[in-house]
Amino acid sequence: MEFRTASSPHNHVRTSVTTVMVRVLLGLVPGMIAWVYFFGTGLIVHLALALTTAYLAELALLAIRRKAIGLFLSDGSAAVTACLLVLALPPMAPWWISVTGTLFAIVVAKQLYGGLGFNPFNPAMAGYAMLLVSFPREMTIWTAPLSLAPQTLSFVDTVKAIFVQTLPDNITVDAVTMATPLDILKTELALEKTVAAITQTSPLFGSMSGIGWEWINGAFLLGGLWLIYKRVVSWHVPGSMLVSLGLISLIAHLIAPEQYVSPLFHLLSGATMLGAFFIATDPVTAPTTPRGRIVFGASIGALVFVIRSYGGYPDAVAFAVLLMNMVTPTLDYYTQPRVYGHKR
Amino acid sequence: MSTRPLFSFFGGVHPPMHKDVSTGQPIDVMPLAERYILPLHQNIGQPAKPVVSVGERVLKGQRIGHAEGYVSVALHAPTSGTIADIGAYPVPHPSGLSDNCIVMTADGADEWTECVALPDYENINPSHLRNIVREAGIVGLGGAGFPSFIKLNPGTHKKIDTLIMNGIECEPYITCDDMLMRERAAEIVAGIRIIRHALQANRVLIAIEDNKPQAIKSIEEAIRGESAMEVVACPTRYPQGSEKQLVEALTGKEIPSEALPLHVGIVVHNVGTAAAVYRAIMLGEPLTSRIITVTGGGVAQPRNVEARIGTVIEDILAHCGGPTAETRKLIMGGPMMGFALHSDRAPVVKTTNCLLAATAEEIPDRGPALPCIRCGACSDACPARLLPQQLFWYAQAKDLDKIQEYNLFDCIECGCCAYVCPSNIPLVHYYRFAKTEIWAREREKEKAELARQRFDFRQTRLEREKAERAARHKKKRDELHSEEPSAAPATETKKAAILAAMERAKKKKDAPRITPANTEALTPQQQQMIEEVEQRRRQSRPNPEQQSAASNGDK
Ligand code: SF4
Ligand code: SF4
Repeated sequence: MEFRTASSPHNHVRTSVTTVMVRVLLGLVPGMIAWVYFFGTGLIVHLALALTTAYLAELALLAIRRKAIGLFLSDGSAAVTACLLVLALPPMAPWWISVTGTLFAIVVAKQLYGGLGFNPFNPAMAGYAMLLVSFPREMTIWTAPLSLAPQTLSFVDTVKAIFVQTLPDNITVDAVTMATPLDILKTELALEKTVAAITQTSPLFGSMSGIGWEWINGAFLLGGLWLIYKRVVSWHVPGSMLVSLGLISLIAHLIAPEQYVSPLFHLLSGATMLGAFFIATDPVTAPTTPRGRIVFGASIGALVFVIRSYGGYPDAVAFAVLLMNMVTPTLDYYTQPRVYGHKR
Repeated sequence: MSTRPLFSFFGGVHPPMHKDVSTGQPIDVMPLAERYILPLHQNIGQPAKPVVSVGERVLKGQRIGHAEGYVSVALHAPTSGTIADIGAYPVPHPSGLSDNCIVMTADGADEWTECVALPDYENINPSHLRNIVREAGIVGLGGAGFPSFIKLNPGTHKKIDTLIMNGIECEPYITCDDMLMRERAAEIVAGIRIIRHALQANRVLIAIEDNKPQAIKSIEEAIRGESAMEVVACPTRYPQGSEKQLVEALTGKEIPSEALPLHVGIVVHNVGTAAAVYRAIMLGEPLTSRIITVTGGGVAQPRNVEARIGTVIEDILAHCGGPTAETRKLIMGGPMMGFALHSDRAPVVKTTNCLLAATAEEIPDRGPALPCIRCGACSDACPARLLPQQLFWYAQAKDLDKIQEYNLFDCIECGCCAYVCPSNIPLVHYYRFAKTEIWAREREKEKAELARQRFDFRQTRLEREKAERAARHKKKRDELHSEEPSAAPATETKKAAILAAMERAKKKKDAPRITPANTEALTPQQQQMIEEVEQRRRQSRPNPEQQSAASNGDK
């Protein structure tokens, strides 16, 4: 009898790239729920927009590049990129923000570099950075937490606001938008106010960080821990990033508490947890060696603190990650593990 | 009581084991067949040389192949009968090639040749013991097939501290060592005593994975009262049975790259080998049969059989109720490191530990590969602590220097990386390919080197002749000018010219040349691997399945 042949190993785990991506998406769910709870349904509208754009763009580019469309569309990576990008956008941003951002992420940052596995920069963060630089006004108007807003928008009103930028007659723009806590902190600190004065006067600040933000970050932390438990991501990047951000901000806070917020505030603000567990851990653009990952994560933590405290942009995760993406190959090269049987 | 290992090895995987498929029944002795095919090349090293001729009658256990060269062992008739043919027959090899075999027709008498037992081996010179083991045709029965007598030689300068008996059997499906330990523990332990004596080892560790409680128990009972001999129950993890990983798990020591366990005072033997050594010394029987696991959904009665070396696979499968129509792949060895056979017409050899007749559900075809997403799952699993994703990158880029910088030759081809890769990349396939490319390149270089040496030699000769001519001319001139014959100076000039030419040639030769790491001073195993891959390279183009897997993701 004749048999089929193949080269060893003949067996394989049941995990595929799709499994990995689906788990990442599942890990995002708690954070998304918290997000919608505090900032309304704008997220859902933008998610729908970004996902559609991402898949259409991916389809077109794969067709142009003559790639196996079915194989690559089902890998789930485009969905992850779309979700991560949307989670960095203001919930009530106009529709073309998420569309252009996604297009840039998929077409330029991903496919033009060679597609899955070949992009040096995190596509979602590249898309975000492009938007922030090109459309600073749209990108910095944030939605007020629903609990603080005098009036709330219905889902239909939200869709209208996103697509045609009109609000119902009885609602003013000021009623539904506010700066983010990190924003306020930065502008007020520049006016030489103390941290204590700022956090006590503005209603946006909760007991640990900004209203809503503390819970959203907590939910992303939860989803992230699940990813570590499921071994989708290793602890190295998130662990070292959070420890480094926490330590540095603790030292600064202890030295000058009136200028520097507490480490807890840093850890539970903006995109800290999302960045630590979902963005910085993007395997394609992070180092692959354990030591490389620790240096990578710790550097991002330090950069986040520096950019938040001294930089021009309110949140820092995107730029910190993009900066570190540039040194990933170098980190990989200099942190190779010692091979079995070679000198210690 | 068995102990737990004090150390551990890096990486590894936990594939589903499927061991109980074949452990339900006791070891079953295969009935006598009509025909046996005995490949002359069954071990790492040189093949045996036939010492019988066609038509000759031989007895069971009679030597039919002679050990040729140092890394070689003898080959014996598995039963009594006549030599039907000596020539090329299919052998179990991934290439599906034919190779030199001795074909025997059994006469049904199964008559033994005269066996000389040596029960008082303790009074026998260890070098004589080694010779008997060699003449008995014993090779490592764990699967690698390295001639065992070499590993009974402690060398002159090294003291053997630990003899490790490998009963790990970490590959899925394979249970031949397990069943042997359950049923023939006394033989194994008797063999261990002999090996220990030959090596003068201080202590013996018998390593068994903890998924074989019955084997652990029976070996423990058999070693009761032995001094400095203990069973170590290792937590199950693939590839713990690999020599390097086992040494690391048991002793915390690492075998230096490109060295043998001997360098750290350790020798590792397989438990099946111990049983064979017992038979060779205490009963005088050479290796003519072995235990083989016949398993998988492709056979109706999976179990372990004791089969004579040379039994045609078809016969063994038929004996176990197979292959069924659903059988898609026939794998010799386990699913992690075994190789798929084209057909079942080849015979089993000394290293055949398992025949896995797998259905498509058991061993599905590898799907298309995606590009590497650098997730690092492979490097987390690599027991050699390599960076498989980087090796893959450079293998794809055909950057043969860079891939050696990333220590390609420390890869033991265990398959853990490809097993876990979410992108489904046939990584090991790429590494094998890169290794053969490097070896091919080395051979090219050697050829070039030879040509260069020839050229140098010629150059030396030409220069010498030129110098001689000059000297002759000078002599003639001198003779014209003076009447005195000057033979002596002429020889001097000639000698000097030759010396100078040789000096120049030597300088050229001594100029430093770049040699890649790891390709010098090859061990016999590596040499064997080179030969095998060379054969594969020549013979087999990657089959369609692999090709699609390898080329789908990129380009
Ligand atoms: S496991 Fe596969 S996809 Fe992941 S880094 Fe290794 S080769 Fe790349
Ligand atoms: S096959 Fe080689 S590279 Fe892959 S895990 Fe095993 S030793 Fe490491």
